[in-house]
Amino acid sequence: MKIYLKIWRQDSPATPGAMKNYELDDVSADMSFLEMMDLLNESLIQKSERVVEFDHDCREGICGQCGMMINGRAHGPLTHTTTCQLHMRSFKDGDTIYIEPFRAAAFPIVRDLKVDRKAFDKIIQASGFTSASTGEAPEANGILIAHTIAEAAFDAAACIGCGACVATCKNSSAELFTSAKITQLALLPQGQVERADRVIAMVDQMDAEGFGHCTNTEACEVECPQEISVLHIARMNYEYNRASIISH
Amino acid sequence: MKQTTIQYKLVMAGTGLFLCFFLVIHLLGNLQLLLPAAEAQEQFNWYSHLLAGNMLIKIISWVLFIAIIAHAVYALILAGKTKKANGAKYVYDKRANVSPWNSRNMGLLGTVILIFLVIHLKDFWYVSDFTTMGLDKQGYKDMYSVVVLTFHQWWYIAIYELSFIALGFHLLHGFFSAARTLGLYHPKYVKLVRYTGWLYTAFITGGFMLIPIVVYLNN
Repeated sequence: MKIYLKIWRQDSPATPGAMKNYELDDVSADMSFLEMMDLLNESLIQKSERVVEFDHDCREGICGQCGMMINGRAHGPLTHTTTCQLHMRSFKDGDTIYIEPFRAAAFPIVRDLKVDRKAFDKIIQASGFTSASTGEAPEANGILIAHTIAEAAFDAAACIGCGACVATCKNSSAELFTSAKITQLALLPQGQVERADRVIAMVDQMDAEGFGHCTNTEACEVECPQEISVLHIARMNYEYNRASIISH
Repeated sequence: MKQTTIQYKLVMAGTGLFLCFFLVIHLLGNLQLLLPAAEAQEQFNWYSHLLAGNMLIKIISWVLFIAIIAHAVYALILAGKTKKANGAKYVYDKRANVSPWNSRNMGLLGTVILIFLVIHLKDFWYVSDFTTMGLDKQGYKDMYSVVVLTFHQWWYIAIYELSFIALGFHLLHGFFSAARTLGLYHPKYVKLVRYTGWLYTAFITGGFMLIPIVVYLNN
């Protein structure tokens, strides 16, 4: 099928970008979205033009690298899907597809569709971990965790840090990302020691990185490839209020 | 100390829920306007007199003013932060497809409500506190006649009704959103708050929308 593309091209963080038009003739409905992008780049190489740069890694929906805005939606028209798991069968012959990078002040554009999501790492570095002495692995049954609690913590830990929550949020808030980590560790016994300090430090860092606030539109949960629940945000607020009242 | 965005949101939630509580009291009192004209006049004027002479109500009205102003000012600060956090706009933006319209337009709805409040305060608060008013048979200020006069023209009723619709959509999102901000995260209570929010919104919006129409029809 024939596909018309409008893609954001930007040479460097400092230079202004613009949408540029491309056409692709032999797109198969079985191609993944990223394979379609590969096809475009091959054609650009043959014409000795600079390829469209975009982030990608595993291409099986688990690494969270392939973030882009497709037709005005994070990761494209499907819900709960990464870009690499989107296929061209979701589009029709003759469709025009707008492709833009994730946009947020905290996610500066590196080039074309590539954005710098280092701000997420800084939030995790602030306190998204538990401090433990290294040494021999502890006895597996030393700390008992109920199955339901373990599963709930796993659900929160499933976040792949793709940034779709920020991209789709009208306030560019990173609260779904931050709250998932806070909930995960608040649920587990290992996370209790630093529980109050953690939430304060991570929320402070989230603000310092320049992310916005949460207005509970719940758009993030819809676009999240891992279906991370917005209730984690409420849980983070609970943890934050609790920490503010009892220990800070 | 620098306030975090969550602390700003706590002010929004706290003032918002206080205003939600106020609306219940305000509506319950005003339901007296639904009575037949003669009875409503007697009841409502007595009720207005009771409120006007009460020190406690005076204090609450000051807290109310502060809450409204704080709610609006903090909303503006947060809107400014959002503008900064968003950076460059999307060229093609269909993000609106995945969230309810009212949740994305609380600022717009809030502005409509704020403009309505100015009109509303001019209609009743200004008239009762800053002008000389006629007295009824009991010797109380005749607030009921002010209400009747206000809801005399259809287009004035329309302004009120449209503002109540805006208020309804604002409450529908604001009520549950405030609960989330306060940290209510358990799925069981989240559902309860949603249903309560719907019932609350239906009661408040429906009740307030009924009053101008009934007053118009009764006179």
